[in-house]
Amino acid sequence: MSHHLVEVRDLHFTYPDGTDVLKGVSFRITHGESVALVGANGAGKSTLLLHLNGYLTPTRGEVRIGDAPLTRATVVSARRAVGMVFQDPDDQLFMPTVFEDVAFGPLNAGLPPNEIEHRVVSALERVGMSHLRNRPPYKLSAGEKRAVAIATVLAMSPDVLVMDEPSAHLDPRGRRRLIELLASFKHTKIIATHDLEFVVELCSRVIVLDDGKVMAEGPTVELLNDEALMLAHGLERPHSLRHLHPH
Amino acid sequence: MDELGRLDTPVHRLDARAKVITTLIFIVVVMSFPRYEVSALMPFFLYPFTLLALGRIPFGYIFRKILIAVPFALVIGMFNPLLDRQTIASVGAWSISGGWLSFASIMLRFFLTVSAALALIACTGIHRLGAGLERMCVPQVFVVQLLFLYRYLFVVADEGARMMRSMELRSAGPRSLRLRVYGSLVGHLFLRSMDRADRVYRAMVSRGFSTVGGSASGGNGEIRVLCQTSFRWTDWAFIGGWTAFFAVARIWNLANALGRMVAGGGS
Amino acid sequence: MHMADALINPAVGGTMWIVTAGLIAYCARKVKQTMNDKLVPMMGVLGAFIFAAMMINFSIPGTGSSGHLGGGLILTILLGPYAAFLAISSVLVVQAFFFADGGLLALGCNIFNLGFFPAFIAYPFIYRAIARDEHGTLRAWIAAIVAAVVGLQLGAFGVVLETKASGISELPFGAFVLLMQPIHLAIGIVEGLATAAVVAFVARARPEALFAARADEESQNSLRPVLIGLLIATVIVGGAASWFASTHPDGLEWSIVKVSGKEEVSGTEDNLHKGLGRIQEKTAFLPDYGFKSTEPEAAPAEKTAAEPEPWPAISAGTSLSGIAGGLITLGLAGLIGFALKARHAGV
Ligand SMILES: Nc1ncnc2c1ncn2[C@@H]1O[C@H](COP(=O)(O)OP(=O)(O)OP(=O)(O)O)[C@@H](O)[C@H]1O
Ligand SMILES: [Mg+2]
Repeated sequence: MSHHLVEVRDLHFTYPDGTDVLKGVSFRITHGESVALVGANGAGKSTLLLHLNGYLTPTRGEVRIGDAPLTRATVVSARRAVGMVFQDPDDQLFMPTVFEDVAFGPLNAGLPPNEIEHRVVSALERVGMSHLRNRPPYKLSAGEKRAVAIATVLAMSPDVLVMDEPSAHLDPRGRRRLIELLASFKHTKIIATHDLEFVVELCSRVIVLDDGKVMAEGPTVELLNDEALMLAHGLERPHSLRHLHPH
Repeated sequence: MDELGRLDTPVHRLDARAKVITTLIFIVVVMSFPRYEVSALMPFFLYPFTLLALGRIPFGYIFRKILIAVPFALVIGMFNPLLDRQTIASVGAWSISGGWLSFASIMLRFFLTVSAALALIACTGIHRLGAGLERMCVPQVFVVQLLFLYRYLFVVADEGARMMRSMELRSAGPRSLRLRVYGSLVGHLFLRSMDRADRVYRAMVSRGFSTVGGSASGGNGEIRVLCQTSFRWTDWAFIGGWTAFFAVARIWNLANALGRMVAGGGS
Repeated sequence: MHMADALINPAVGGTMWIVTAGLIAYCARKVKQTMNDKLVPMMGVLGAFIFAAMMINFSIPGTGSSGHLGGGLILTILLGPYAAFLAISSVLVVQAFFFADGGLLALGCNIFNLGFFPAFIAYPFIYRAIARDEHGTLRAWIAAIVAAVVGLQLGAFGVVLETKASGISELPFGAFVLLMQPIHLAIGIVEGLATAAVVAFVARARPEALFAARADEESQNSLRPVLIGLLIATVIVGGAASWFASTHPDGLEWSIVKVSGKEEVSGTEDNLHKGLGRIQEKTAFLPDYGFKSTEPEAAPAEKTAAEPEPWPAISAGTSLSGIAGGLITLGLAGLIGFALKARHAGV
């Protein structure tokens, strides 16, 4: 069964305190696609992402990972298929050393020790952080933390990578490295971000979310060039596109 | 302290359980001396010193840490010289009251036990200690949340410090807050900590940690640790050797014997 | 009011370790039974929160001084007794290990004094009884203050009892009580104010975050087993300990004497004299262990009078050689340490 497919159908969600956040979101992301989720603060991006690995349960509608709907019965395999990198790497890195942190997921999956070792080493190599393996995660720089957080997810060999504002707090070089790193992944990627330049470089498709609904959806360049659409949803046309397509 | 615990020396490689057990025996033996004992306590410094030296821990660093904690022992011990004025020993023209002797004893024990505890941590590190405790039948829930506490200690403290700073920047007045402001500031800090806990939990869940996700999830509320060192003969030797030394030093006053030897040899 | 190792004897420290270990095991089981995995990271992070909160001061109304939050009561209001007890324990463990605040041997005592009383006495019987889960009201403020005061008074009294039972500090019982209790009355009021202020805020901002708001009915009922278990443990341990203490004032020492068949090699007096001294010491110790005596001042007086006998007349010669030997040994231990270190540096 291929897990690379992510589909959301008419998703509604209300927080326990009564905040209506998602009001009927639908989209479909297929194998190997790289899709950006953009929208103003409070649009519901993070909330939406939390549905993709079953952390939040929709009040209405459904999420499908691969060919199966996400239910209590499938949530375990869905979590293995969908790797999630959170907004604040400090929340993601809670073990005493980088190595143990990366090993946390594989350990929970009940893998044999040598397989775990292998996965951790290759995940750290992939993000170029092998030299940090014995360091405590909270002593790393923001960029290093981000890279290690990605490694913790890679070690679970997910089919889909879901990221919430991966370029936040990174300096230009760190950001550049991250872009190169993500571009090298073959995974299906879903990235929620405010960094539209980042989107231009990495994603082929964009979903614009506002007030809990999908406002627009389409190829990156086309959508982000639509000044009126961007302004209407609290966004801004990226500079790089201005240079590419001067009016 | 963290980096120290991460060093790789023979002492660090010992099983955490061996060090915990030996340190506990050490403390119990030290505290079992009668209250006026001073000289017999001296040989016991060998244990923390050896641990620190073999673990390549800077002495000065540990010493400073001990000094910070001195006041409490000082306050309680201070009363002894005042309350117990009975002379029980004299050196030359000086007479020493029982109070001073027991005061000296208290301070010595304080240094011994605190330095041993700090040496234990410095030579083990919190994560190895946690894994060791767990295999000593300390409930897992407890160990896991202890590790969490340690992990987020500085993160939350930082958050608190940032809030304080922004509060101070906006108020020209006194450094300490009015109660209402205090309540909302610390309350905010609490809510942020809660949210943090929520996000951490989320990150754990998305990497397969679960107690309710059914048996297939693999995780059952345990945090699994990789470094599964096993008890080797060196660990037994460590416990056995030191325990023997403690026993000898407890039964015979080594310092006195040495002193007599020197005095006897000199005269 | 952390106790240091140096003030405690192994019998008291060990007893309290056993009691606390039992409580931790019990609470851990209870927490596990809630099946709420979120509780574990929450306990850890809130433990860290307590550390941070202790660094923030507020000015005490009507005085020039300032105070801060204590740990026990607020954690219990936020987490419930079981999770809070574990969180307090780990705060104290971290303090003992990393900040040398309180010692290893005294850890059991400290956890009991600062964890048990607020979590299992002050919270259920005082705070909840008075506040009736109406957070932010005057009732709740009063409840927090009274609960904090009672919790701390009990804790402070625990410190006194444990220290006296250890017999290391010379401070007379009565004076010690007079020293500890009023200080902790003040500290308790301050802690109560701080606790109430924070709880009032949280109750307004996010009421569901408070434990009582999501409290399960059983939490009240299931408190009974803790108390009963504890009562039994106290009776057994207390009985055993006081027997132990009364027959062998210095438990371990006694057993070592028995094993080795002699007191102290350095002893210059004959065993009979020592034996007599020991008996006297025992009788002198007894009033200290039965704290129920109505005039606490009397006990210490008797004790100080009887004290000099047990370890009499260490002759000048012995003490001189003791001092010399002690210094030499200390030097030797240091030397060995430095030698080992130097060898390593060389390698
Ligand atoms: N735990 C919660 N309880 C109640 N409301 C919440 C909760 N978390 C978020 N919200 C609300 O849901 C809305 C959407 O929040 P969300 O975090 O999904 O937005 P976002 O698009 O990720 O914003 P940002 O770009 O700032 O990260 C916000 O209005 C927020 O106030
Ligand atoms: Mg967000």
